[in-house]
Amino acid sequence: MAAQVFAFILHKDGKADDTALELLAASQKIAPGAAPIAVVAGAGPAIDGVCQELAAAYPEVWKFASDALAYPNAEIIRKLLLNVLPKGCTLLLPHTTFGMDLGPGLAIKMDAAYVSDVAAVEGRDGETLKAVRQEFNGQVSTHLACDMAGGAVISVRSGCFPASDSGSASGKVVDKSAEVGELSARRRFVEVLQAEVGDVDITKEDVLVSVGRGIGDKENLPVADELAKAMGAVVSCSRPVVDAKWLEKSRQVGTSGKTVKPKVYLALGISGSFQHMGGLKGNPFIVAVNKNPKAPIFQVANVGVVADVLEFVPELTDKIKAAK
Amino acid sequence: MEILVCVKRVPDSAENEIEVKPGGADIKRDDLVYSVNEWDNYAVEEAIQIVDRVGGSVTVATIGNEESEEVVRREMAMGAANGLMLVDPAFEGSDGRGIAAILKAAVQKGKYDLVLTGAQADDGAAQVGGMLAAMLDWPYASLVNLIEVQENKLRIGREIEGGNQEVNEIMLPCVLSIQTGINEPRYVGIRGIRKVASLEIPVMNAEALGLDTAGLGPAGARVQRLDYFVPPAGAGAEMLEGSTDEITAKLIDLLKAKGGLK
Repeated sequence: MAAQVFAFILHKDGKADDTALELLAASQKIAPGAAPIAVVAGAGPAIDGVCQELAAAYPEVWKFASDALAYPNAEIIRKLLLNVLPKGCTLLLPHTTFGMDLGPGLAIKMDAAYVSDVAAVEGRDGETLKAVRQEFNGQVSTHLACDMAGGAVISVRSGCFPASDSGSASGKVVDKSAEVGELSARRRFVEVLQAEVGDVDITKEDVLVSVGRGIGDKENLPVADELAKAMGAVVSCSRPVVDAKWLEKSRQVGTSGKTVKPKVYLALGISGSFQHMGGLKGNPFIVAVNKNPKAPIFQVANVGVVADVLEFVPELTDKIKAAK
Repeated sequence: MEILVCVKRVPDSAENEIEVKPGGADIKRDDLVYSVNEWDNYAVEEAIQIVDRVGGSVTVATIGNEESEEVVRREMAMGAANGLMLVDPAFEGSDGRGIAAILKAAVQKGKYDLVLTGAQADDGAAQVGGMLAAMLDWPYASLVNLIEVQENKLRIGREIEGGNQEVNEIMLPCVLSIQTGINEPRYVGIRGIRKVASLEIPVMNAEALGLDTAGLGPAGARVQRLDYFVPPAGAGAEMLEGSTDEITAKLIDLLKAKGGLK
């Protein structure tokens, strides 16, 4: 008998995360024919709505309500899953900051294989899964063979398994709260501190001039400032620029920064990692300037220029000023 | 506080165009610039800063070969007192679980209060720290961007979606994976590296670690890389070519049309 498949559901404010249905879509590739079970953990009645919502898509939903599960502390969720999941099962997780916190240790404790950040599935041959992931910041992909015979924990890249619209399952919600078991942990959640608001709100801007590692040095930032000024745009950036403390965190576009919805996005010296592009919504017109012709940004940009930012951008700025 | 930091020597993907060898068995490595994994460098800096505040010492460990010694020495030049090389032909081709098992043995040969890893490395799997913690049965937190030492425990921040910070308390001993941006790693010059050039770095193999090699190497891996490949390029961007004048003129027209010039 094929192993049972479970999907761990993230939820917030009484609603399931977008990844919930993506995991369902992924399960149909990873374990075709399996009837995946959604696992929902949380405190009190707030999760009842989540369970109902999921029962429209999943054949079965397991509900675990306990005050100890009020915040998704990966160390506690791991205990819960070890207490309640059958041996040898397959568990799907979203590759979010929570999935990264939970997955590796859970796989060890379940004595299961672990594959993280799966972007595609090419097939299943018996107990061997053939999956695709990316390495080197998205510059190359790899095929992996994963032996799922002893169970598997698989984290799935968001956006790679589009949810199907057939939300017609009339699944059942099974309240398993009595089975949660012992849930102590040596890590205690304290609070979430909201990101600081900066001097500009890049989420509200129509035109962004965004700089990445290719700007080279903090001293070169005026190159981007000048262009932004000439265009009537605002300067944003990618993660390495914030890590290097060249710009404030509030200017960062990406999954670990702000989600922006501009009409036009100029990516200057930005490689275009998955995490960066994850913060760019609303289908903007993307112009990429990068000296590396293989930079992933050229796959997603509308228009590309292979050039050194520091040489090309001042020329562009001058021409824009002259054209006014 | 005795701190072990696990580091890896990797091709620097910011400095290199990564290309795949014909057949896909590996990437083209001959001309690559190697350095310490960026996340690991932040972890070493954080360990040094913790020891500066509360005392103790930092040990930098790596699994690899003779070539990996340069990154250990570089991190020692930053201020880590000790290095440790974990070298054995049986280690090569291990999956994440195998790497974590080797590190577990190294942790148990010492007396550490805290183990730091980078949040991820060149393969982006972000798995070894969490696996190591589970094997040691120590608590774990990933993507850490703040550490404050308290009695018997740490107050830590985790970077979560949207740039928000999740604050936790975690008991010692523990394993943390470190996110970039937690600090500003110090610069290491040639002189700094020369100063530590003659320091002895102990080397341990599987036998010295008391490690059963059954779960290591390709034979013990439940997850194996079959090949590298470059996905077929999509339509991609319209590449603007010609003289700089021609390119800027075309680009300005496009920006005007799309509302990019105000």
